Amino acid sequence: MAKKILIVDDEPNIVTALEYLLQKNGYEVLLARDGEAALKQVEAHRPDLVLLDVMMSLKSGYEVCQRMRERPDWQHIKIIMLSAKGREAEVSKGLSLGADSYVTKPFSNQELLARIGALLARAEKPGGA
Amino acid sequence: MNTRLKFSIWLAVVYAGIVALVVAIGVMVAAGLPGEDYRVLLRIIDERAQMLAFVAMLLLFLCAGVIGWLFKNYVTTARSLAEQTRIVFATNPEHRIESRGGSELVDLAASINRLADAFRRQQIELETRAGRANSRLEEERNRLAALMSELAEGVLLCNAEGRILLYNEQAKRLFGAAATPAPGARQGLVGLGRSVFALLDRDQVAHALDKLQYSLDQGVELPATRFITGAATGALVKVRMAPFLSAAGRIAGMVLTLEDVTEQMDREAQRRSLLQAFAAGVRAPVASIRAAAENLASFPEMDEARRVQFNEIVAAESRQLSAMINDALFEYADALKAGLALEDMRAAELLNVVQRRIETLLGLPCALDPVPEDIWIKVDSFAFVEALASLAARLRDEYAVRGVRLRAAASGRFAELDLVWTGAIVASDALALWENQPMQIGAEHTPLTLKDVLDRHGGEIWVQSHKTSHTAWFRLLLPLGEPVAAIPRRSRKTDSRPEFYDFDLFRHTDAVDDLAERRLADLQYTVFDSETTGLEPSAGDEIISLGAVRIVNGRLLNQEVFEQLVNPQRPIGRESTRIHGIDARALADQPTIDQVLPQFHRFCEDTVLVAHNAAFDMRFLELKEAVTGIRFAQPVLDTLLLSVVVHPSQEDHNLEALAERLGVSVIGRHTALGDALVTGEIFLKLIPLLAEQGIVTLGQALDASRETFHARLQY
Repeated sequence: MAKKILIVDDEPNIVTALEYLLQKNGYEVLLARDGEAALKQVEAHRPDLVLLDVMMSLKSGYEVCQRMRERPDWQHIKIIMLSAKGREAEVSKGLSLGADSYVTKPFSNQELLARIGALLARAEKPGGA
Repeated sequence: MNTRLKFSIWLAVVYAGIVALVVAIGVMVAAGLPGEDYRVLLRIIDERAQMLAFVAMLLLFLCAGVIGWLFKNYVTTARSLAEQTRIVFATNPEHRIESRGGSELVDLAASINRLADAFRRQQIELETRAGRANSRLEEERNRLAALMSELAEGVLLCNAEGRILLYNEQAKRLFGAAATPAPGARQGLVGLGRSVFALLDRDQVAHALDKLQYSLDQGVELPATRFITGAATGALVKVRMAPFLSAAGRIAGMVLTLEDVTEQMDREAQRRSLLQAFAAGVRAPVASIRAAAENLASFPEMDEARRVQFNEIVAAESRQLSAMINDALFEYADALKAGLALEDMRAAELLNVVQRRIETLLGLPCALDPVPEDIWIKVDSFAFVEALASLAARLRDEYAVRGVRLRAAASGRFAELDLVWTGAIVASDALALWENQPMQIGAEHTPLTLKDVLDRHGGEIWVQSHKTSHTAWFRLLLPLGEPVAAIPRRSRKTDSRPEFYDFDLFRHTDAVDDLAERRLADLQYTVFDSETTGLEPSAGDEIISLGAVRIVNGRLLNQEVFEQLVNPQRPIGRESTRIHGIDARALADQPTIDQVLPQFHRFCEDTVLVAHNAAFDMRFLELKEAVTGIRFAQPVLDTLLLSVVVHPSQEDHNLEALAERLGVSVIGRHTALGDALVTGEIFLKLIPLLAEQGIVTLGQALDASRETFHARLQY
C-alpha cells in the first residue's frame, strides 16, 4: 500500500512542485494550506509522514508539531519541518518539540526524498520510532 | 650683650655716679669753709676714713643688690619673655609663658599667654576648616576616580598642553603596549603627566581643537567632536573630544572618551560585504533562470534537445543559487546577529537576578537549581530579566501558579534556560499569543514584546511538559557567549589615594626653563633597576631583567610600572642566578635587549632617571647604544651618591641599609621592579633631606652628587 504524506505549506508554488515530486515517487499525497487544516487532515487520514512548513498564518508549524505530539495515537507519524529561516536556534526548537527532521529551504529534491525514505523505512522496522 | 657684662657696667655706672655725687657734695661743702673749719673737716674725715670706706663698701653691695634685683625681675625676665614668645609663634604654638619676675612683667606674660591662646584657637579652627575642605575634595576626587574606573569607555583628561591629568584602566588597556605593534601605529603610553600626542596624531588633535574653538566662537555651549584613530594594538578607537574651559572662557584642557570600535567596524564591514556578495551573486543566476524559464514558456514547440538544455540551465543555476545563499548565511551568521547592546554574562549570575526580580516584584517563590559556572550567554540582561519576569507574572495571574524554579544547561552552541512550574498546562497557542503582546509585570508596562526580545538575542522559546511529574517549563534558547575575564581588583593600599589622576598637574606648565633650575620636588622621574648575568658589562655580561616605576608630582605611581625579562643570549653565571633566582629556561622565550630597550626608552621619555648605584646600570645601557641606536640622554640621579650627600658620616649606603635608615619597608628585593620600587621610595625620602642642606634644584643635586663622587674616588 502506498505511504501517505501530508504537505502543509501556505506557499502554493512549492506545494505544487512537492506534490508532483512525491506522486511521481509513488506516495499518496494530501495537502493543507494552514495549521488548523493540517490537524483536521491528520485526524481524518492518519498520514505516515507530514512535511510541515514553519512559517504559516493561523498556527505555526511548531504549534502543529507540538499538538500532534500531544496525541499518543499520533506518535508514530513522522514529521519533517521545512523552514526558510533555518537558524540553528529554530532547528533546535523544532527538534525539541518532536520533529524527526528539519530541512531548510532551498533544498534539493533528491535530498528531501532520501530523508523521507529513511524516516519511513525506520518506521517500518518493528519497535522503530 | 652678655647679661653679666651688662650687669657689671650698670653696677659700675650707678656706683661711680653715687660716689661721684658724694665727693662732689663734699667738695662743694668744703669749698665755702673758712680755713679753720676746713682743717677740722679734713681731720674728721681722716679720723673716720675706715668708717667711710666701710660705708662705701656697703653702698657698693647695696647698689649691687638693687641692680641685681632689677635685673632678675625685669631685664632677664623680659628677655626670657621675648624668647618664649618667639617659641610660641614660631615653633610650638602649645607652649605657654612662665610668669616670673616683677608684677608688671607677670601681667605682661599673662597677656601674652591670652594672646597665644587666641592665636592658637584661630589656628586650630583654620586647620580644621582647611582639613575638612581637603578631605571633602579628596573624597570627591576619589569618587570621580571610582566612577571613571567603572566606565566601559576609556577616559583621558588633559591640560591644554596635552599632558594627561587623569585616565582610567580602560584607556590604558586601549592604548596598551602591543606585543607585535601594528605597522605605523603610535607607540605611546598612558600615564600621568605623559603627553597625549604620543597616543594620538598631533595634527588630528589640533584639527579637532580648531573645530572646537570654532564651535565655541559660534556660541555653541557644549561642543564636541569625534574622530577615529588606530592604537598600537591594531584596535580602532573612536575618540570623542570635548573641551573644558578656564574661567576666562579659553580652552583649558580636553576630555577624551575612547571606545574600541574594532568589532563594530568589523561587523559593519562584514554586513556590507554580505550585501555586496548577494547583490552581485544573485543577479547572474536569476537572470539565467528567468531567460531559460521564459523561453520554455514562450516556445512550447521547441525541440527536445533545446528543452533539455534549458531545463539543465534552470536546474544548474538554481543549485548554484541555493549553494550561494547557504554559504553566505553560514559565513556571515555573526554579522546577521543583532549583536549590539548584548554583553557576555554568566548564566548563573543572570538567573540569580531573575530569581530576585521574580521574588521581590511578584512575591512568587522562585528556586534556582545549581547552574554550571562555565555557561556564558550573550544577553541584554535587563530585557531578558523583564521577559522572564513577565512570563512568571502570566503564570501567577492566569494559571494560579504558586512557585517557579529556574535551571540552565548548555546544549551545542546554545544555552537552555528553563522556567519550570508544576500543575497547570500552558497551551502552545497561549504562549504564541503572549509572545506577541507587550510585556507586563504587575503595573509595569514595556513597549517590547517577548518576541522582540528573543529576536534581538537570536533566541527561541517554547513550552514543554512532563506528564508524569506534572511539571512544565518554558525553555529559552540563547546563543552561548564568550567568557569574560574578570577585571582583577587591584591590590590597593586602602589609605593611599588611587593614582589615576593628578589635578595638581593642571597648574604645572611646560614652560621648559632650564631643567637644572627646576625643583627636585616638581620633576618627573623614572626609577629603575636591572638584573644582570654578572658584574662586568665590558666583559660581555648582559641585562636579564629591567624594572621601573614612575614618580610624578612627588608620588610613586605603583600602577605605572615597567617590568620585562630579557633574553641575554648567553649563559647565566651561577653566582648571579643565586642572587636573583632567574635561570636560563625562564629567559629563553623572552625578547632580546634590542627589542626591550626601545620600549623602555619610551617609558622613560621626558623624565629624569633615578637608580641606586646608577653608574652600574647606565654602563649596561650605554654599551648597548651602538647596537640599538638608543641613547638615554636624560639626567641621571644616583640614590647612593645622594645618600652620601645627606649622611656623610654613615658607612653603609647599600639599598638595604639606606631603606632601614629612612624607614622604607623592603619587599620583593632582587627583582628589578622590587628594587626599583624600594629605590623610588628612598628617593622620595631623600628629597626633603637634601632640601635641608640647601639642595633644592636638579642642578644642585647633580653638582652635589658629582662632588661626592669625586670625593669618594679620591678616598
